[in-house]
Amino acid sequence: MSGRDVVVTGIGLVSCAGEGIEAHRAAFHAGVPARTDATSFAPYPVHPVAPLVLDGQIPKKSDQRQMEPWQRLGVFAAGLALDSAGVKSDAAFKANLHLVVAAGGGERDYAVDGAILTGLRDAADPGAYLNERLQNDLRPTLFLAQLSNLLAGNIAIVHGVTGASRTFMGEEACGTDALRIAQARIASNQIDAMLVGGSYSAERPDVLVVHEMGGYLRKGDYRPVFGRAGEGEAGFILGSAAAFLVLEAAAHAAARGAKALATIEPVASDRTRRGPDSTAASLEKLWQTSGMTGPDRVISGATGVAPITTEEAEALARLAPGSPVTALGDVIGHPLEIVAPFGAALAAALVAEEGAREVAVTTIGHRRGEGLIRVTAAG
Amino acid sequence: MTKLSHRDPKGRPLVAVTGLGIVTSLGQGQADNWAALTAGRSGIHAIERFPTTGLRTRIAGTVDFLDTEPLVAPALSQRFAEEAAEEAIAQSGIGTKGDFPGALFIAVPPVEMEWPQRQALAEAAAENGDVTYAGLQRAAATRRFDPWHDLFIFGTVADHIAERFGTKGSPISLSTACSSGATAIQLGVEAIRRGETKAALCIGTDGSVNPESLIRFSLLSALSTQNDPPEAASKPFSKNRDGFVMGEGAAALVLEDAEAATARGAKILGYVLGCGEKGDGFHRTRSSPDGAPIIAAIRAALDDADTLPQAINTINAHGTSTPENDKMEAMGCMAVFGAQMGTVPISSNKSMIGHTLTAAGAVEAVISLLTIANGRIPPTINYAVPDPGIPLDVVTEARDASVSRVLSNSFGFGGQNTCLVLADEPA
Repeated sequence: MSGRDVVVTGIGLVSCAGEGIEAHRAAFHAGVPARTDATSFAPYPVHPVAPLVLDGQIPKKSDQRQMEPWQRLGVFAAGLALDSAGVKSDAAFKANLHLVVAAGGGERDYAVDGAILTGLRDAADPGAYLNERLQNDLRPTLFLAQLSNLLAGNIAIVHGVTGASRTFMGEEACGTDALRIAQARIASNQIDAMLVGGSYSAERPDVLVVHEMGGYLRKGDYRPVFGRAGEGEAGFILGSAAAFLVLEAAAHAAARGAKALATIEPVASDRTRRGPDSTAASLEKLWQTSGMTGPDRVISGATGVAPITTEEAEALARLAPGSPVTALGDVIGHPLEIVAPFGAALAAALVAEEGAREVAVTTIGHRRGEGLIRVTAAG
Repeated sequence: MTKLSHRDPKGRPLVAVTGLGIVTSLGQGQADNWAALTAGRSGIHAIERFPTTGLRTRIAGTVDFLDTEPLVAPALSQRFAEEAAEEAIAQSGIGTKGDFPGALFIAVPPVEMEWPQRQALAEAAAENGDVTYAGLQRAAATRRFDPWHDLFIFGTVADHIAERFGTKGSPISLSTACSSGATAIQLGVEAIRRGETKAALCIGTDGSVNPESLIRFSLLSALSTQNDPPEAASKPFSKNRDGFVMGEGAAALVLEDAEAATARGAKILGYVLGCGEKGDGFHRTRSSPDGAPIIAAIRAALDDADTLPQAINTINAHGTSTPENDKMEAMGCMAVFGAQMGTVPISSNKSMIGHTLTAAGAVEAVISLLTIANGRIPPTINYAVPDPGIPLDVVTEARDASVSRVLSNSFGFGGQNTCLVLADEPA
């Protein structure tokens, strides 16, 4: 059930490596550590997003103010993707363009949280105190900057992408499944074009609390993802990033004269009960399902979490002997939901700009969810 | 039956419903909910789960007969979803226990750590001065709170449901705000039509009535403040409507390729004939003033279902009881249905169960199918003061009617509009 060819016609990328396709190809090949901020959130390093001139993609200051950083990153990258696909000023195209977003939730007001927690310590009536402070101190519109589906909502408002949107949640797996569903809807003729992607802001203390619980964060300095196998070295370094792709049926792209950058083959994903070697077994199964032959390159979404990172490395050595494996985490850090769209977009860029025939993108979630995306030359 | 009859007029696999499950503040299961809904009973009551001192809104349709430890939104949402899924799968008789032969699409509320957990971390941090997130991080690093990682990430509820019921493949957790439940169904329908799966478990669930969630809606002036009596607060389409009332619950539907369902001898409860959606880029919380996206979503659902407006027997309204929604929904329905709209019975279940938010689209799809099965339209209670700007046939007492096709509307913040056409027979 392969159906129609689905091609990438637009790419929008933002991360610590900068913005756009060229900056990320350069970072991908540079082989130097991704830009890391080890002090702002010490003891946790993060890969902070490069400074952006937001006005270029989000012209209205009022729109910028309505969003928290995670949404601004996403709206910005979505704009880059629309530009790249040559449809930014095509209102009719955008009005029919459907959207699948992979996202978590948005930033909190850290000062308010801290003040309320401080006050709660001595509050005579904690329930009443919490109610009063939340009612008085929460910005009414903050909620809208936190809601998962409001990244899509803001893309509709700022860019006029108003086909309809669906937001998938659930860490790494939802990024893979956003691509899987988008590809399948186009391949099966249910729809002709989709904007798919998401954004993640790592520079937020609340997510560091959530991922410190469970011990998933690497502390101290940057170290390459596949070099974190030693005692006390494991864990991910979160990275702020956004990635969007314009996907179209090949015939649809051709009809409007758009350049097909690469083909996205049907995405293979699964949920396996984690246990010894389950990750490797899943990856091997997905390798067959996806029809992977001998990729010129592998972009690994490995997290750095043990033991799955080592399992993946060993599986890849068996499955793709001789194929260079690059950890996306070494280029942009770990952006959770955005691993799959970012990896796929980067793979498409390698196909389009460097003549790669087949690129494999792996996404092994830190808790669950395994995925494999096969990106091939268009046409 | 010929093979052809298992295809819709567009040649796609026909999508049958073979199992339903529902939990709301009115009770657990189809029977209890149906009895209460048709009796016009309200599940809205004063909130007892947490102190409401000082709140402008102190009522909700919480589900108080199920609980969890800790009592947090993702855990509650999971519990409701499990109960609903259990009922739906049992009714459908599909698969074997713990081995559902199909995909999972589940609408879940966005997840965040909640105040009791923040407080516990703050206490463990034992800071002398002001509490900071750095302190919470140090507390997290004690390893004492590790189980909360899974509790407060977004994919866990779906993962647990997938594990318990043995659904296949990577489960999809989704949000389209207040249309999420309908989107879960739409995703299932599309997957079956693509031939990817013969069955889908589609769930919408929401257990997020907690202080911050309530206050967030309150700060957006979205909630009714008519606390007394609680059961009269939600009054969709009434002139004096003043906001929605938060509700909780879950609903599950087992969708199947009709051919496969027939082949295994399943009882078909109805069909999802069509799904339609349309985005709106006008405003973060308000609809385009001309109603165009709502109109487009309704038309898309009818087109997808190969159904003309005159074939719709009743509309299960989104009907939140906010001034904005009910006005825009009425406008959209009148635009699509024209002069006929004055005689199409319309009703909002939210008058009794409140707005179950993420779950609403699924809950209301289940109630729509029960409406078809029973030939009875549940009422919109509290419709004492009609809004002259909304000249609709609002059902005020349970009404017997031959119902073959229902339009179920769902609209949400962020420009989300999703509509379903549910039916007793194929188009």
